Amino acid sequence: MLGLLGWVPLIPLMGFLILVMAGDQLSRLIISWVGAGSVAVSALLATLIGFEFLDGDMQPYRHIVGSWMTIDDLSVPFGFYLDALSMTMLFVVTGVGFLIHVYSAGFMEDDPGYARFFAYMNLFVSAMLVLVLADNLVLLYLGWEGVGLGSYLLIGFWYDEPNNGYAARKAFVMTRIGDTAMALGLFLLFTQLHTLDIQSLLSLASSQWAPGAVLPVASAALLLGGAVGKSAQLPLQTWLPDAMAGPTPVSALIHAATMVTAGVYLIARTHPLFLLAPTVQLAVAVIGALTLLVAGCSALVQTDIKRILAYSTISQIGYMFLALGVGAWSAAIFHLLTHAFFKALLFLAAGSVISCFHHEHNIFKMGGLRKAMPLTFWSFMIGSAALAALPLTSGYYSKHEILLAAFDASPVLWAVGLLGALITGIYSFRLIFVVFFGAQSQTVEKKPGWLMSVPLLLLAGLALFGGMLQIPLNSVFPVLIDQGNDHTFNLVSVITVASPIIGLLIAVLFYLTGTFSAQRLSDGGLAGTLRQFFLSGWGMDALYETLLVRPFITLSTMNKNDVVDGLYVGVAWLVRGLHRMASATQTGRVRWYGASMVFGAVFIIAIGLLS
Amino acid sequence: MLALILFYITSAVAIFATVMMITRLNAVHGLLYLILSLLAVGVIFFLLGAHFAAVLEVIIYAGAIMVLFVFVIMMLNLGQKTIEQERIWLQPGIWRGPSLLALILFVEMFVIIVLGGNAETGQVVNSKQVGIALFGPYLLAVELASMLLLAGLVGAYHLGKPMLKATRSRGHS
Amino acid sequence: MSGIPVELGLLLSLVLFVLGLIGVLVRRNLIMILMSLEVMLNATGLAFIVAGSRWGQADGQIMFLLILTLAAAEVGVGLGLALQIFHRFQTLDADSVNEMRG
Repeated sequence: MLGLLGWVPLIPLMGFLILVMAGDQLSRLIISWVGAGSVAVSALLATLIGFEFLDGDMQPYRHIVGSWMTIDDLSVPFGFYLDALSMTMLFVVTGVGFLIHVYSAGFMEDDPGYARFFAYMNLFVSAMLVLVLADNLVLLYLGWEGVGLGSYLLIGFWYDEPNNGYAARKAFVMTRIGDTAMALGLFLLFTQLHTLDIQSLLSLASSQWAPGAVLPVASAALLLGGAVGKSAQLPLQTWLPDAMAGPTPVSALIHAATMVTAGVYLIARTHPLFLLAPTVQLAVAVIGALTLLVAGCSALVQTDIKRILAYSTISQIGYMFLALGVGAWSAAIFHLLTHAFFKALLFLAAGSVISCFHHEHNIFKMGGLRKAMPLTFWSFMIGSAALAALPLTSGYYSKHEILLAAFDASPVLWAVGLLGALITGIYSFRLIFVVFFGAQSQTVEKKPGWLMSVPLLLLAGLALFGGMLQIPLNSVFPVLIDQGNDHTFNLVSVITVASPIIGLLIAVLFYLTGTFSAQRLSDGGLAGTLRQFFLSGWGMDALYETLLVRPFITLSTMNKNDVVDGLYVGVAWLVRGLHRMASATQTGRVRWYGASMVFGAVFIIAIGLLS
Repeated sequence: MLALILFYITSAVAIFATVMMITRLNAVHGLLYLILSLLAVGVIFFLLGAHFAAVLEVIIYAGAIMVLFVFVIMMLNLGQKTIEQERIWLQPGIWRGPSLLALILFVEMFVIIVLGGNAETGQVVNSKQVGIALFGPYLLAVELASMLLLAGLVGAYHLGKPMLKATRSRGHS
Repeated sequence: MSGIPVELGLLLSLVLFVLGLIGVLVRRNLIMILMSLEVMLNATGLAFIVAGSRWGQADGQIMFLLILTLAAAEVGVGLGLALQIFHRFQTLDADSVNEMRG
């Protein structure tokens, strides 16, 4: 079974090829079977491989399919590496991916680009699997770029609308910035260690480089740059809210469960390198903390249902970065797992609201959907509870672990995380109260079919009970040293549990019972500006606009006539000029010809005289 | 000595006549000046001792070829309109370019001539010598010259035929 | 009859030639152009005669005779062509006989 590891990323790729070549000729039924079925087969294979892996004491298993390139001392094989970390990621990608594919078969059934959609989704899943299973950094980079491509194609899926194309372009360009940093990191690592195979690279680095030296700091920082771009953390986070222009299943799969977690996976995978560079690891934590706060505040004032969830994703990944930064590696991956469950659930539920409610996105135009769409309502409840980390949900276990680890590292970070948890509670329940409670403004168009409902049910179950999963990640990560504080019932633990509940209560007071009015609060001068500030994502879009976009456009406008092209234009211009001059000599007038003959004679005699 | 003075006078006449010829508005006037120039050159031939050539110059060049010109000009019957047109065409500014070009040519050739050695002319070559040469070594040239004249004759006849028809029809109606 | 230096003779020939050349380049009337051509031919003939007189050979005069023949034939055909042009274009302007485009 383990030998079939190479097939796991290959089968979705085959699905992609089939759909690309013959998609237009196939019926909807066959397309959905090919599209969802390929991911289902991969999920099945992953499960079987998983059982065998767990039986075998979780020995890391390497499977090399073939050689990609060998140049001098660079040897890059198509190699796949299975250990507990990649096993976890494998489950997330194939499992949640399969559920989302089934959901999309229902969600996208009226769309003319049905085959194209599933083709791109399969391409994406294949690339993500390559990324997660890669045993060397070059193959990982291939998967990295592949998911970027898939993201671009899927965000701009409805390409008739220009704004979708701009959003896709924005996502691609911003992640590109991170990718360049990562590529530079790869170059640095290769020139110094002469190998890009992950395991040997990490052991070489640990033995050869001293902690805190320039080389590990530089390479870790560069890899961090790549992770920041892909995972939408500060300062490269502005692309994710705009990426909501894509279809909702895309947002669920790519921008909640898988692609944006690739950065977290990268850092977790290369964690020995980060252990060698404590300053960079601290930077990871700080970036995570700042991002979760910024995104949380922005989510508080948004009115588009998907944008709330997008900022929420940024915020939750901030928690994962925070965990990585303080050394709680397993906690970060655990939070990645639970986040995949409840965020996918939330996005899919939001999708069913949108598709069944006149494609409306503004939550203040909705209301009272509790009675009309009960399944969606309970999915949202469960998802939001997990998001806010209310006790006994899966989100609670993972976030609690992170916050406790943060406290052990630095109380300041813990306080920031705490504030973030409070805000998370407020905005997630704000969403629920505004959309599902209150008076119903319009009637529901249609109910979601079973294709959309069953995945919601399954994900709801996972979001509720997923916290019970014990992932054996200790075989991969160094165990966080217990600092002797038993956190079970002391003050810190109590406050950590209480803060999301306080957030829930605040949301109840503002949005459910109407005791306080958010409207009146934000009408005041300072509060109003603050609200505007948060709404625009802390002004970062405007900042980048003035700092980067405007100068670039100005320079491009100045170079409108393309200086470099001037060489070729100049050649043509010169030839035309010469032609004009040459044809001017053919006047057709006899006296002119006579004069030219005399001129020639004079010239030749002169040469004869002077030589 | 005498020959030299006569040479200077005659060449002055020739040059003057040529200059006048090229600046006349009326074609007939220019023609007459041309005839004068040719006659002057004929005198120079005589001064150089080329009696046969001098006679040829006067009889054939000035006598036949120029008369041909006269006939054609008369036949065309251009009139006052042409003279006005010539006045418009011959602006003073128009002389600059060609004069410059010709001047450069003149300077070059002047240099070449002056660089040659000195020599004296004046040996009389009389008609008898020329005749003997014509009937001797240059016999073929004579024949070819007659071929050329035949060709010119045929060409002139062929090219002039429609004109002939046109004038005849004009004359009849 | 002696005493005329060769250079002077050749110089005169040159001057007449150059004047004829100017006439060809400046005048627009076809007849005037032909007349200036005659001047040029005459000048070359003069050069030959000077040379022949210098060496005391008949060859110079014979060359002149041939040039004369040439001039006659040329004038005959040239004037015929001038008549044809007048017949077709109703003008003797040398520049108007030009159907080049651009």
